[in-house]
Amino acid sequence: MSRLRARRMTTLVEVKGLTVRVGDRPVLDNVNFAMQPREIVTVVGPNGSGKSTFLRSLIGAVKPSSGKITRKKGLRLGYVPQGLRLDPSLPMTVDRFLSLPSPVPAETRAAALEEAGAAGFANQQIASLSGGQLQRVLLARALLNAPQLLLLDEPTTGLDQPGQAAFYRKIEEVRDTLGCGVLMVSHELHVVMSASDRVICLNGHVCCEGHPEVVAQAEEYRALFGTGTKGALALYRHEHTHHHHHEGPCDAG
Amino acid sequence: MLDDFLARAVLGAVGVALAAAPLGVFVVWRRMAYFGDATAHAAILGVALALAFELPIFAGTLAVAVVVAFMVAKLTGRGFGADMILGVASHSALAIGLVAVAFAQGPRLDLQAYLFGDILAVGKADLAVIWGGAAAVFALIAWRWRALLMATVSEDLAWASGGNPDREGRILMLALAIVVAVAIKVVGALLIGALLIIPAAAARPFARTPEQMVLGAMGLGCLASLGGLWGAWEWDTPAGPSIVCAAAILFALSLIAKGGRGA
Repeated sequence: MSRLRARRMTTLVEVKGLTVRVGDRPVLDNVNFAMQPREIVTVVGPNGSGKSTFLRSLIGAVKPSSGKITRKKGLRLGYVPQGLRLDPSLPMTVDRFLSLPSPVPAETRAAALEEAGAAGFANQQIASLSGGQLQRVLLARALLNAPQLLLLDEPTTGLDQPGQAAFYRKIEEVRDTLGCGVLMVSHELHVVMSASDRVICLNGHVCCEGHPEVVAQAEEYRALFGTGTKGALALYRHEHTHHHHHEGPCDAG
Repeated sequence: MLDDFLARAVLGAVGVALAAAPLGVFVVWRRMAYFGDATAHAAILGVALALAFELPIFAGTLAVAVVVAFMVAKLTGRGFGADMILGVASHSALAIGLVAVAFAQGPRLDLQAYLFGDILAVGKADLAVIWGGAAAVFALIAWRWRALLMATVSEDLAWASGGNPDREGRILMLALAIVVAVAIKVVGALLIGALLIIPAAAARPFARTPEQMVLGAMGLGCLASLGGLWGAWEWDTPAGPSIVCAAAILFALSLIAKGGRGA
């Protein structure tokens, strides 16, 4: 009982029966979810499965049609969007961008840029950054308030493979230094499997959920991601769990 | 000094340029050019209603501009194509306004003055409205400046940082309606959009921060106002269009200057 209570006290965010409709179409249907500190949770799912909508409802950008989202009192939130479509007519340096919507001390800005691997970008125009540089700047922005919960929406879109790997290592580092919970949406299944404590497989509703190994074996997961990814998954398991006898078809290896 | 019609014209034109600049940059950044046009065209309907109900022109144009701006925003937010809705609204508002003016018309109405402005007829009361409106737009935008910028950069980041970009959008619409209502006398409903966009566009190549772009748009807008009035005086051309011509020349010069620096 007291253990349960303690868990409730530390829960960063709790989602109960979340349903989001766009017009008549339910994008999310009765989603239940809770997030603890220091957890890295990844949401996977096919296109249009409501992954981004789920994240956007957690930041308050999407209003639930029904259900409830409860944040821990005074929760500090960091959000890294999929990218930033800044109109080229808007002049904006990285430093200025970090001071929106409220002023941030110069040392804090510099420290966040350093932490995110974006030191030296401060005076560059946002529009002149490459995809990878922009992602790091967006991460720096999310770190400014030392978040307790970090939300990332496909943060490595447009990065090459080494870039992706480096970015996810960075996220783990951040989790270790800040002790924050990390919730991210990702397409890179093999990376996801190695970096996450928990995987949620979403397709409008939660299909399956649990430890990456468990989810990878789940029928619902295999039904969604089909044979196309089986090779990659098998490859991953081959690399990271060192079971040298293959359990599935492993032609890709 | 205010007894001289030319002095009043200069003060009116400069006042409108100053009111338009801080809003014009947002119109450019948020790609609201067509939205601005739709709201400005609707002001003609406001003129007709003001005449019919014997209200001040300023009140009529402000009320109709607010209603149309919010109506269009509501419709575009409902999944209709924004461009399509704005096209429908912009032209319908103008046409309905012109028809309504024909119904409301007394012998004293000079429609051309509301389509293209009649700056040489700006009186002391008009000046009070223009400078009062400019002050209101300034106050609104200065008050919400960072939140407005945040919402313009990314609505999702604004939500995540505890803001409400929907509210900031409404504040911009209100500011737009005020600018339309104060500018109609000076440049007319058809050219208000130009006064919003062209000075901001001309300031863009020289700005590294949003604040610099606002200051540049204010400076260039005033320059265009003075230059346009001077041209109108010198060559006996209509004042409103002359001001927009001057702004267009400044924009062309800024493009050339930017090209020359290779920036």
